[in-house]
Amino acid sequence: MEATASTVRREARDWIEENFDPELSVRAWLERLADSGWAAPAWPAEWYGRGLPPDLAVVVYEEFNRVDAVGPPAGLGIMLAAPTIIANGSDDLKRQFIRAMLVGDDLWCQLFSEPGAGSDLAGLQTRAERDGDEFIVNGQKVWTSGGQVADYGMLLARTDPDVPKHRGISYFALPMNQPGVEVRPLIQMTGESGFSEVFFSDARVPASAIIGELNGGWAVALSTLGFERTSLGTASGQGFRLSAPGGSRFLQQQEASVGEFIAASKSNARSFGTGSTAMTGGGIAPLVTLAAELGRAHDPEVRQQIVRLYTLASANSWNGQRASAALKAGGRAGPEASLGKLMASRVARQWRDTASLVAGPQAMLAGDDGPLDGRLASQMLATPGPSIYGGSDQIQRNIISERVLGLPREADPSRTMPFRELKIGTQAAAGEQS
Amino acid sequence: MIFTFTDEQRELAATLRRFLQDKSPSSEVRRLMATPEGYDPQTWAQLAGQLGLQGLAIPEKYGGSGAGPVELAIVCEEMGRALLCAPYFATAVLAAHALLASGDQAAAEEFLPSLAEGGTIATLAVCEDDGAWTTDGLQTTARRSGDGYRLDGRKSFVLDGHTADLLLVVAQAEDGPSLFAVPGEADGLSRRLLETLDMTRKQAELTLDGVPARLIGAEGSAADVVRRTLRLAAVALAAEQVGGAQRCLDMSVEYAKIRMQFGRPIGSFQAIKHMCADLLLEVESARSAAYYAAWAAEEGSEELPLVSSLAKAFCSEAYFRAAADNIQIHGGIGFTWEHDAHLYYRRAKSTELMLGTPEEHREIAATYLIDGAAGS
Repeated sequence: MEATASTVRREARDWIEENFDPELSVRAWLERLADSGWAAPAWPAEWYGRGLPPDLAVVVYEEFNRVDAVGPPAGLGIMLAAPTIIANGSDDLKRQFIRAMLVGDDLWCQLFSEPGAGSDLAGLQTRAERDGDEFIVNGQKVWTSGGQVADYGMLLARTDPDVPKHRGISYFALPMNQPGVEVRPLIQMTGESGFSEVFFSDARVPASAIIGELNGGWAVALSTLGFERTSLGTASGQGFRLSAPGGSRFLQQQEASVGEFIAASKSNARSFGTGSTAMTGGGIAPLVTLAAELGRAHDPEVRQQIVRLYTLASANSWNGQRASAALKAGGRAGPEASLGKLMASRVARQWRDTASLVAGPQAMLAGDDGPLDGRLASQMLATPGPSIYGGSDQIQRNIISERVLGLPREADPSRTMPFRELKIGTQAAAGEQS
Repeated sequence: MIFTFTDEQRELAATLRRFLQDKSPSSEVRRLMATPEGYDPQTWAQLAGQLGLQGLAIPEKYGGSGAGPVELAIVCEEMGRALLCAPYFATAVLAAHALLASGDQAAAEEFLPSLAEGGTIATLAVCEDDGAWTTDGLQTTARRSGDGYRLDGRKSFVLDGHTADLLLVVAQAEDGPSLFAVPGEADGLSRRLLETLDMTRKQAELTLDGVPARLIGAEGSAADVVRRTLRLAAVALAAEQVGGAQRCLDMSVEYAKIRMQFGRPIGSFQAIKHMCADLLLEVESARSAAYYAAWAAEEGSEELPLVSSLAKAFCSEAYFRAAADNIQIHGGIGFTWEHDAHLYYRRAKSTELMLGTPEEHREIAATYLIDGAAGS
């Protein structure tokens, strides 16, 4: 019988009724959830999922969220590494890594960007050289979220510098807990540290940990970037609302009961808010309140800009709803599905500029002295981020114009030159100065 | 289900698109825009007879097909894409909705069947010399005379007002703004075709000198009738704008693929690609806004007063940007009379300012989002 929203809902509800038990330890619950396939309902049934289409997976999450059932540890493992390995990895790699992510043994980070390879990711210089059954890795990565706590990294490294740049890259699952890997916090312009720099000095990775083919890493990287683009552009509502602690550094926290964990999460959420506004620009409510407090709620320009902000944020959400309605109706989503990330960064900028307009000179103040308990200043400083991470706005426009509108690629001689002959990053300019 | 078209709705769009490709190609648009009437009576009759479009939003009991705002949006989108020259918006959107909103059953029974079958061209005359779509400060007056009324004053920006058989005129009566029916050939009425930026949709000035008129609905009820009519009309116009904006984007992308400079298609330059990508974001977001508002109207949602204004403001700006960027992407050829780009540019600017400017609609939205929220 074909699965429908109502059969899936009933099945999920029955399973929860029978199996969800707040008295269980978080660890025992995650194992039960992983082995049932409900932890990742959209993954293939043979790899810990249930093979459901995205719209039915949403139904499953609704059911689990109704009882606050805790999901597997959130992060780049479940979001990017697992779907990449499922799509490209050997069965041995799938056996080694997929369940370990779902039960929270391993946290993952993404080792893609380098100081000299941002938008032109294929120009990466970190190299991996064969040594028996292993590869020896040297180089540097940057903008690594969760690098400090990760157990494994999705590593792109150059394995053949004598061919054009896209053809000499391999994709590894690199163990992070080893002497050749050094992780240093990177302080971004907000003054906070959400990312790391990762340095490799003769780090080692087994040859068997290559995801996809040797020198075939670029295609695998593109599949990861596709998963990333989709998840950055869509609202985060599509998944478990609560996620369990995981990773080798946090395994101890899994000893708590599910019930204790839920209670603690809820009380944290009350004290700190959800934090998601920092990524997407936030709603109009704090700005409306601020405008009223400062006596600017009747300023025509303030009113225009607040409504512009609300319109852009609504349009982004409507684009998403339209895309999922098309999917649910059994069709394919139209162009609106690929626009979310570009729109999200525009919404963030509109929030920043409207906030500045509303606050006026007060927007010079930060921390306890600043408007909205300092959130205005921190948002102001965080705003350039979304236009850069996960593929800059400019790269998004290239992708949209080529894949959706079918415009031709820009001529790029570097695509056919051997990697060794390329100028990369800022080296050339530095060389000319000396 | 919101954002999901039925098979019938998709078929409606496809049928109308084929019809308009045949009946409203650029050559026909250019022929009609140069005539004072601005439409082709035969095509107008076919729109009603073959496709039943004039009666789309008119209930079956008044001779229409009783479809809703979503179907109307689909139709307006296609007409906007083709720049159809016809008094459709005036008749089927403005006049039909105003008659329905008036609650005047006798008037509905008398006028709507003829509107539905294409026999009557009708329009709604709200604006005066300042072009504002409001019933505040009306200069046109209505005084009782026998068992009817007589109207004095001047109406302007009246869509297809020079050809309309039936003019629904808003005038200040003793009990406040009121709606009146005036035949196109009434005594004391003089009509002047205005010279307009957008030649594909005609506008007229009406001078009323003791014109006999029939009250529609209750005296003093027109402020509400106009407000409710404008919400539905704003949604339909937003959909029309989406159709035009999409056509501008399509023209830009087609041209960028075939125009060679520096030995390669200009569409391979990021300067052009990024403009096109940004336009796609504008057009798709405008489409989502217009459709969302259409479904809000369909479902009688409380959100309609807010989202109709959001959609009108957003779609207006998206269309004008698409129309302006389309000229830029075409370069010199885009600035010629011969190329169609300017026809869309003219329509875009004109629809942006019609039924309330983007600033006015955002101000309407602000009353819900800011004043409502702040409790002032």
